[in-house]
Amino acid sequence: MAGPIKAKFVEKEHAIVDGVDISGHWNRMFEQRVITEYTPELIEKIADLPNAESFANCYQCAKCVAVCPVDVVGNYGPRKLYRYAQTGMDLTEAPELWLCTTCANCLRVCPKEVNMVKIMPAAREEAILQGKFVPAELQQAFENTAKSGNPLGQPQRKRDAWIQSAGVPVPIIKDLGRKVSVLWYVGSYPSYHPRGIDAAAAAARIFNALGIDFAILGKEEKDDADSQRLAGEKGLFEMMTEQNIETFNKYEWDEMVVTGPHELNAFKNVYPKYGFERPVVHYSTFLARYLDQLKPLLKHSVKKKITYHDPCYLGRHNGEYEAPRKLLEAIPGVELVEMQRNRENGYCCGGGGGGMWMDSFTAKHTTMRLSEKRAMEAASTGANVLAVACPFEVSRFTDAVKSTGNEHVDVLDILELLDRSMRGEQ
Amino acid sequence: MNIVVAIKHIPSIADDLPVKGNNVDFDSVDFVLNECDEHSIEQAVLVKEAVGGTVTVIGVDMIGELDNALHLALAKGADKAVKITGDDPAADSHMQAKWLAEAIKGMGANIVFAGVQASNDLDGQIGPMIAAYLDMPYIGGVSSVEATGDSATVNKEFAGGVGAKYSVSMPLVAGVQVCVKPPRYAPMSKVRQMAQTATIEKVAPSGDSSSGLVFKKMAPPVVTGHAEMIEGSSKEVAKKIVELLKSKGLA
Repeated sequence: MAGPIKAKFVEKEHAIVDGVDISGHWNRMFEQRVITEYTPELIEKIADLPNAESFANCYQCAKCVAVCPVDVVGNYGPRKLYRYAQTGMDLTEAPELWLCTTCANCLRVCPKEVNMVKIMPAAREEAILQGKFVPAELQQAFENTAKSGNPLGQPQRKRDAWIQSAGVPVPIIKDLGRKVSVLWYVGSYPSYHPRGIDAAAAAARIFNALGIDFAILGKEEKDDADSQRLAGEKGLFEMMTEQNIETFNKYEWDEMVVTGPHELNAFKNVYPKYGFERPVVHYSTFLARYLDQLKPLLKHSVKKKITYHDPCYLGRHNGEYEAPRKLLEAIPGVELVEMQRNRENGYCCGGGGGGMWMDSFTAKHTTMRLSEKRAMEAASTGANVLAVACPFEVSRFTDAVKSTGNEHVDVLDILELLDRSMRGEQ
Repeated sequence: MNIVVAIKHIPSIADDLPVKGNNVDFDSVDFVLNECDEHSIEQAVLVKEAVGGTVTVIGVDMIGELDNALHLALAKGADKAVKITGDDPAADSHMQAKWLAEAIKGMGANIVFAGVQASNDLDGQIGPMIAAYLDMPYIGGVSSVEATGDSATVNKEFAGGVGAKYSVSMPLVAGVQVCVKPPRYAPMSKVRQMAQTATIEKVAPSGDSSSGLVFKKMAPPVVTGHAEMIEGSSKEVAKKIVELLKSKGLA
């Protein structure tokens, strides 16, 4: 029979699954291998939730941990969540529930297609519906979205107040009273956040210079709420979706251009389930079509060494890696350098999946912010501009370059860089 | 336990407060639930969860938009919702207290909760006046309530971080400053379910009262000074701060 048992918690000499003894020959090693049995309840609790079935697929290969942005600044990763559930952690009650940014890098490498982009929202929704702990800042963002139509809690009637800073006409589709070729969905942060407004104003000037027939929704525009959905508030997302689809369908337009990748993801990938299937593109994809007309407008040299951060929801989630780079390369004087983690393996800024509204909570469970890690990576390339294409990122990285002592790196949206080249330093 | 929560809908200060004539321009401002009332609702639901009973939330409908606040309260655990069809956005807290007291009178409440004050007028009179009209004791500045049988243990906060524990006989009116726990989050799916299924009882306003105050003029505060940003290295900044403090006679 078997030799001496090595540790006290060794459970079994034989493992029999579906009538087949899988224990192996006793002398396959010097001693009998350790066979441990776990109770699957806490794994099943998650895998039984609608859309979270793939949680049970994990076979612990740990490829996900190697690419998980949260593990770089902490102790995390989908494989670990499975292991923790195996050893007694109820994910719906653990702080780990709120750390995932749904960046989808794990899904890219997972051989078993364990999809955290679906699992985490389902587990979070369960926690919210059961009245479990929800980070206070996130609650605030949910409440603001429900009350004011945007997570910042700004008044709806000021949604188009940013127009004044554009210095060019920004038509409102309701006032225009006719069909337009482009409906530009501006987004909450470009409408209200001071640094977001800079990008919105730049976009307005670029669209005008290119002679694009566009209009915005103005005071009728409301948040896409995709990040709120990923943070677990599906009911809120559905309410906003119903309102938005009604607004979008009120007017005649050929194509929608969005400033933000999260809006792109919502309108292009999720809204079809709710009956909205119309063409939606990110501004980078849209403007890349106009490169020939755009290039002669880019008169002023922007002598900067620029590194570009791929937004997770533009890159991994929607496959757009080249258009932003083409736009940056079109600017005279620009030297484009890459960070080590780029394109498909781009590092997450920490803002996705509701992370935008959980910074203080996340800080308690990580060694530094994801945005700070990324700001340091950007600085290490020797770049003096970190170019972004997502409205969450400008404010995140502007804080991060300051807090990591890299203030010499300017954080600018591609729109702002194009605008600078068009008009010269203002 | 029969618990009643009197709430107040007030103009939002997220926006610049628009002025029309000698009062707020009520047509161009959003109305929100007063913050102390959010705590008040939570405290009421916690008491119900501890000892059983029903929570009735009641408020004056100032501009015809109180339903949203009532649906939210129902989603957070309240059982019944009542609105007093005031339809007067300028009704002051004395007027509202009278209407509320008249509506609450027949409800047989063991505890009436009210936010200790509202951020629009900082008047703090709704709770005490309801108590006076209903001939109940009032305790304000409340930060926790535990009800047992026909009395309640109430924590009251005083200035300077001092607190006291009171044993109060019921019925009583409690002016909640802050709940013992942060108000819970109501998932939107629950709120929408309430909006579709719940019935809100309507009550006509009854009685008359006034604070006696007359608004002569209302204007946004005038900006008189700006913050001065001190530039330079941390040593330079520290030096300038010391100089500044010395010049003001503070160091």
